[in-house]
Amino acid sequence: MTVTLRALGLSAFMIGAAGVVSAAECIAPANPGGGWDFTCRQIGKILYDIGQVDEPVQVTNMAGGGGGLAFASVVNERGDDPDLIVAASQATATRLAQNAYGGATADQVRFVGAIGADPGVIVVAADSPLQSLGDMIDAIKADPGSVAFAGGSAVGGFDHLKVLQVLKAAGFDDITKVKYIGVDGGADAITQTIGGFTQGMTGDMSEIVGFLKSGEVRALAVLTEERVPGFDDIPTAVEQGIDVVAVNWRGLYVPKGISDARFEEWGAKLAAVAASDEWKAAMEANGLAPFTKVGGDFQSWVDGVIASTEALSREIGVIQ
Amino acid sequence: MDILANLATGFSVLTWFTLSLAVIGCFLGTIIGALPGLGPSNGVAILIPVTFSIGLDATAALVLMTSVYYGAMYGGRISSILLNIPGDEPALMTTLDGYPMAKQGRAGDALVISGVASFVGALLATIGLMLLAPLLARVAYLFGPAEYFALYLLAFSTLGGIASNNQAKAALASCIGLGIAMIGLDNTTGMPRLTFGNLHLMDGVDFLVAIVGLFAVAEVFFFIESHGKGSSIGVKLEKVTVPVKDILKSGWTMLRASLVGFIAGILPGAGASLGSFLAYMSEKSIAGPTGGFGTGVPRGVAAPEAGNNAAAGGALVPMLTLGVPGSGTTAVLLALLMTLNITPGPTLFTDRPDVVWGLMASLLIANFVLLAMNVPMVKIFVRVLQVPPAVLLPGVCMVSFVGIFSLSGSYFDLLLMVGFGIMGYVLRKLDVPTVPIILGILLGNHMEDALRRGMVLSDGDWTYLFSSPISVGLWIAAVAGFVAPMFLRRILRKPQAITD
Repeated sequence: MTVTLRALGLSAFMIGAAGVVSAAECIAPANPGGGWDFTCRQIGKILYDIGQVDEPVQVTNMAGGGGGLAFASVVNERGDDPDLIVAASQATATRLAQNAYGGATADQVRFVGAIGADPGVIVVAADSPLQSLGDMIDAIKADPGSVAFAGGSAVGGFDHLKVLQVLKAAGFDDITKVKYIGVDGGADAITQTIGGFTQGMTGDMSEIVGFLKSGEVRALAVLTEERVPGFDDIPTAVEQGIDVVAVNWRGLYVPKGISDARFEEWGAKLAAVAASDEWKAAMEANGLAPFTKVGGDFQSWVDGVIASTEALSREIGVIQ
Repeated sequence: MDILANLATGFSVLTWFTLSLAVIGCFLGTIIGALPGLGPSNGVAILIPVTFSIGLDATAALVLMTSVYYGAMYGGRISSILLNIPGDEPALMTTLDGYPMAKQGRAGDALVISGVASFVGALLATIGLMLLAPLLARVAYLFGPAEYFALYLLAFSTLGGIASNNQAKAALASCIGLGIAMIGLDNTTGMPRLTFGNLHLMDGVDFLVAIVGLFAVAEVFFFIESHGKGSSIGVKLEKVTVPVKDILKSGWTMLRASLVGFIAGILPGAGASLGSFLAYMSEKSIAGPTGGFGTGVPRGVAAPEAGNNAAAGGALVPMLTLGVPGSGTTAVLLALLMTLNITPGPTLFTDRPDVVWGLMASLLIANFVLLAMNVPMVKIFVRVLQVPPAVLLPGVCMVSFVGIFSLSGSYFDLLLMVGFGIMGYVLRKLDVPTVPIILGILLGNHMEDALRRGMVLSDGDWTYLFSSPISVGLWIAAVAGFVAPMFLRRILRKPQAITD
């Protein structure tokens, strides 16, 4: 059986090497509707539209364990499937760093690339007295309980960690005192902030676009190296003296057992998607900023992110 | 008027092609809703890839999806009434009076009344959505952790009298449900609870698994036990007519239930299940102990159906205006919109009026198509009851297995479902109602999250829970809901109707 599977894999690979791939599959490790589902459907569609694959990419939703089930399934059952790609994001890295996938580790798969990122933002309601990131940090230093944050991820998740990273960079070390509630998604977090139940919202740029336009919220900082095109009036944390860059990248991982040649090939295909006009339009419509890293570069970048996340999580006690 | 002009623009989506899509969508939705294990969110999710592969444009895709959504909301009631197995979670409350009606030989009546109630609820909700959506979105800003906690408390305070004469047993059942709701990742600490290191349990127990297990699988066990003789299924049939008198008598019930459902739908997180539940319980308390709720009365069928369909429309308010999905299905619809490069949020109504009004128009179309389709089709639905239970039950069970498997593609859920089936069998033997268990699972997480968020924000100060007029009002209603039935019963000195 294994032999047949290998043979199938090999033949698929040979077809792949010839420039066309038999039907590829993209696993979205969540129910339809989230970022991972978006990644699979958009990348899958564009791969086909620009001729990188010769048949439409089949999207499979495999929800469970915050992506852990899909991860385990890829590692254990499809470790050398050359036609399999899996949607991933910063959340994947965060959970791997916090050992939330039942002992699975990042080196059991290969991170093939990211082709867009949702910049991290820190937001207040339009009528908030806090005018800059500095104001917010001063208020928290004076009374850590005075600014409570809402975010779309659970405690210890990426939205929570963003705020903590900013505060640590500003020299505030008592980070376990920072109030944070995890609600059901970024829009819900904004609702709580506009309603005055929390004083700040931490999330992704895509989550706040509509509310920025309607003037109900104000972004104090975006956590990127440069200001985000289209949102040029939002200052970065870096230019306010806080050296923190935190983006929710959208990308893919592939099984560990595929050949290096195939790995590079997926990287190239992904780069082709990133360069396409369709993807640029999709990014713009969804508030994503360009962020392309593929192949070995990306793998080492992810390793770095996981290491720093692990250190921070240990400090706030999410992991022992 | 602006709205009429906008709606006229919206109706420009109406062509023979979109109309036939609406008919197909309504039909598929009704079937998906009727099948246990497949709910509206699965139905819409399954069809999203289809819309892309046949290359539908944005409006056509929206027409198809909203038809499926409303269709499934209509369809859920069918298996609730005929088989005592809720087709999806919002149809849970319809079993309480729908199935007893079917047992009395009034299955056709129950289906027609619930169909009309669904129509009224959905129509009113769509109108409410058109007139008030941007305004109503602000309601969400008034609800913080304390208010949500009080709202869920209100739901639980009225649970005691639901489906059982024995308050203690109903309380026990809701505690079981709350316990099951604890399983999974704890949102406030990010730690897994009661998962025993099993990744399958990290996201908690899916309520569809619990519903299918507790109702469908348990029913099969009962059937096996009775050697196919005394099964509770096998209701009488009679000629199907339109029960005009009953419909007219339930008119006010439908209106009130629609309002309650719509409001519950607007609040993110509560959704259609809470809508149908609150609609049923408020009608029950208005009718009082003499109203016969739970024994098979038309109003007991009209209330939850009007409520859940109105809530389905209401849930579109936060989805469209805030981008906050109020329920599982609206989360999927939100995803569909995003894939079509439409980002719901406060500016959607001004940025993309074509999409918004096209959507409203397609909701109205779907609603009329469904009414036209469902009332005549009742005759076909009741035929289901002529199928011998020995064929019908395994068939329903098989469909449930497939439906549940399609959720996660894991056999673990199937095992869990059989486990729930055994639990349902044992509990019914002990005369413990199973409906509160499902409600506990559905609402327990939301209630706990609200409480814990409130405690984080207030540094553990319990007075925070009574800190706003809205939360105090809800607390008073909750206490009244809990205490009032006891006094009412004493005053009227009539025992409440007993149901199983």
